[in-house]
Amino acid sequence: MPQVYGNIHSIETMGTVDGPGVRFVVFTQGCPMRCLYCHNPDTWNMHENKKMTPDEILLKYDGVKEFTKGGITVTGGEPLHQADFVIELFKKARSKGIHTALDTSGIYFDKNNTRKFDELIKYTSLVLLDIKEIDPDKHKKLTGHSNQNILDFARYLSENSIPVWIRYVVVPNLTDDKNDLMRLGKFLSTLKNIKALDVIPYHDMAIPKYKELQIEYKIKDTKTPSKEETIEARNIILSNMKA
Amino acid sequence: MEIAVEQEKYATSKFVSGKWEHVIDVRDFIQQNYTPYDGDANFLKGPTPATKKLWEECCDLFKKERENGGVLDMDTEVVSTITSHAPGYIDKELEVIVGLQTDKPLKRSMQPFGGIRMAETACKSYGYEIDKKVAEIFTKYRKTHNQGVFDCYTPEMKKARHAAILTGLPDAYGRGRIIGDYRRVALYGIDRLIEDKVQQHASIDGTMSPEKIQLKEELMEQIRALGEMAELGDMYGFDIRKPARNAREAIQWLYFGYLSAVKEQNGAAMSIGRTSTFLDIYIERDLKEGIITEEQAQEMIDHFVMKLRLVRFARTPEYNSLFSGDPTWVTESIAGIGVDGRHLVTKNSFRYLHTLENLGTAPEPNLTILWSTRLPYAFKRYAAHISIETSSVQYENDDLMRPIHGDDYAIACCVSSMVMGKEMQFFGARANLAKCLLYAINGGIDERLKEQVAPEFRAITSTYLDYDEVMEKYENMMEWLAGLYVNTLNVIHYMHDKYCYERSQMALLDRDVKRYFATGIAGLSVVADSLSAIKYAKVKTIRDESGIVVDYEIEGEYPKYGNNDDRVDSIAVEIVSKFMNMIRKHYTYRNSIPTMSILTITSNVVYGKKTGNTPDGRKMGVPLAPGANPMHGRDSNGAVASLSSVSKIPFKDAQDGISNTFSIVPNALGKDEVFFGDLDIQLDFGCSQGVCQEEEI
Repeated sequence: MPQVYGNIHSIETMGTVDGPGVRFVVFTQGCPMRCLYCHNPDTWNMHENKKMTPDEILLKYDGVKEFTKGGITVTGGEPLHQADFVIELFKKARSKGIHTALDTSGIYFDKNNTRKFDELIKYTSLVLLDIKEIDPDKHKKLTGHSNQNILDFARYLSENSIPVWIRYVVVPNLTDDKNDLMRLGKFLSTLKNIKALDVIPYHDMAIPKYKELQIEYKIKDTKTPSKEETIEARNIILSNMKA
Repeated sequence: MEIAVEQEKYATSKFVSGKWEHVIDVRDFIQQNYTPYDGDANFLKGPTPATKKLWEECCDLFKKERENGGVLDMDTEVVSTITSHAPGYIDKELEVIVGLQTDKPLKRSMQPFGGIRMAETACKSYGYEIDKKVAEIFTKYRKTHNQGVFDCYTPEMKKARHAAILTGLPDAYGRGRIIGDYRRVALYGIDRLIEDKVQQHASIDGTMSPEKIQLKEELMEQIRALGEMAELGDMYGFDIRKPARNAREAIQWLYFGYLSAVKEQNGAAMSIGRTSTFLDIYIERDLKEGIITEEQAQEMIDHFVMKLRLVRFARTPEYNSLFSGDPTWVTESIAGIGVDGRHLVTKNSFRYLHTLENLGTAPEPNLTILWSTRLPYAFKRYAAHISIETSSVQYENDDLMRPIHGDDYAIACCVSSMVMGKEMQFFGARANLAKCLLYAINGGIDERLKEQVAPEFRAITSTYLDYDEVMEKYENMMEWLAGLYVNTLNVIHYMHDKYCYERSQMALLDRDVKRYFATGIAGLSVVADSLSAIKYAKVKTIRDESGIVVDYEIEGEYPKYGNNDDRVDSIAVEIVSKFMNMIRKHYTYRNSIPTMSILTITSNVVYGKKTGNTPDGRKMGVPLAPGANPMHGRDSNGAVASLSSVSKIPFKDAQDGISNTFSIVPNALGKDEVFFGDLDIQLDFGCSQGVCQEEEI
């Protein structure tokens, strides 16, 4: 088998928000989505190239493993743009007993061809699934893509009993519609594998990155939601999950 | 005071016997008598009305002090000694623990023994004038430490000081960094301590070498200081000649010991030691016998800590700018693990931390937790809680220090560890290794002053720097610097002992103390990155018209310290070990044991101002990184990688401490609970795989 390389954006050795415990977080380069509120536009470009093999990454992990007992999270970018690499990395990590978390949008999922995913979930301890928006049209506007694959992926993970944390970013006027939140909750209530719901308030701290990359920031006037508003959104989703 | 005495109740039960009854041995007393506490913080009590009122009065005074330009009042006539001032109070009726440095709170005392000029400048800069007679005495008749030092500085020492390759030397101010074992006053009472010191004094006999004469004279000074401590007690209405009989007395006696020290010494760091678990023994006994309530116990600790927050010294604006403020470094060391495996957390460890809630946050006393993975979980939780709420707790690695110092050591200043009552250190500021590298390149010419400061070694003449050539020249220059540095410190500490001896602190230490000779370095990450750039990239020199290298151009990428990359981290390790070994080659005053620290926490800013452009691309004037920190912004793999680089620095070659200043926004430390899984639907609350580590607070 030829050597598998990952195209890596960067590594964070003290990840505390991307899965349980303190984690070693690998940011992959390249994403097909163009979410309006994305805070990592520097990971969009598919062509930038900083190659690392799974072994090189595990060697780095080894150097700090005493402090990153949570495990490894792969995020991005969209990690599944490089699914072979992620499979190889997770396979090796799991063989060493390391907890593996995959932070993905699920955009590449295809329910008619799950061969790669069947392989991937064998080595995935936890999926952090970003559901951007439940309404298909709004999702398209927000990200440039339909959410059909994503919702399919959520069901697939449920059927295969893979633990999932749902992540949802509350963006005023874009993703905070009460009806949508209720629909999301209802959808989630059909899944059996949800371990946590992580409702995240939108922030605009990425604006300087956009400036530097000379990419237009399309939602400049959007406000950051308050803690109370975020909790309220979470509660709407939760109450519909339980109903 | 009569009223207080009438109300005073004393415990009747005896402490567990031990070696401590026969010889001065506070540690043994603690080990025989303390009660480890594994519970949580629920027993803690809030401030009493007296505490609230008293603290309000203090806050008013702090406000006035600020409004007055930083100093509320200064004594310009009375030279401060243990008994120089009449008793002072904040509000006598309310104070459970009493005693101030002068007759009024926040009035700064005059301490000219370190140097009369410094004392004069300190007064002048706040609009005060030292009494003419006092100035005359300390100019004409009584020599000071500062004058002694300058009588013996060589031209080379003066130059190195001026060029700031040696910086922050304690040649004009009190060296500090000595911790009296103030607990001894409480446990034994002054009479017993004097008796012990009299025996020590008599034990020096026979051939009178200069060393023995010096020690004998010092012991007599210590005995005098102890006598004055007893008088200080008398002035406040307490007889501290006998051991303390209850918790209040124990705190009060201990505090009188400390108060004596800060009345006599304006030291750079006047730390208090490791007192919380010791005092817990008295409190626990009083609680058990029903003599005091938990409210009263907390009140005593609150009032004691309040006193520590009132400690002030007269200092110059230059001193304050070097140390970014007016720190007193009243460091108290809390918790840790005993060598027998029991942890040293007591209820009083909680009470000390709780003062930050009862009185609000404050930088002093510098509450320092001797951290071990084996500390009880409830205490870790509480410490984390207090850290989050107040950002006022310091943590140090007990697992690292215990093998060297045992389980009764304390921290002086920010990181200097020493065994209570048995060890002290000669504080030695630091040598600027970044500047030393520039001297190696320029053949000893200072890049900023353009003067020959170091010996005229052969300079580097090539356009591009060659790693081996630079390393060889750098080692030669470090050898020179190590020798000059140690000898400069020898002069300083000889004179400090002679003219500004810490008699009240040394009175609370053993006769034969182990002395550390604490050197320090600044600019480690600049040196590591510079050498890495020279080794792994190409570094071009840029010279001024007289051929002195004044700037550098880097072509290509190079590994940077702070990313857990051995290629450069190993350079940092090598430099530390090499310089330490160079220091070890030299005679150190009083056969002290040389150590080294990497701990500039604030002064790195001033050092950066005085250091020219460096081969790592850092520009003249840009602050050096604090302590052993990577340079700002160069650690790009996250905190763990950054800390891993720092953790490679060998403690045995930097035994006086390695510091890493690290700040993080709370959000980056994990999620607020409300955003997380909800227990209502049986979510796993983020610990789904049982991997949440309690250690990672």
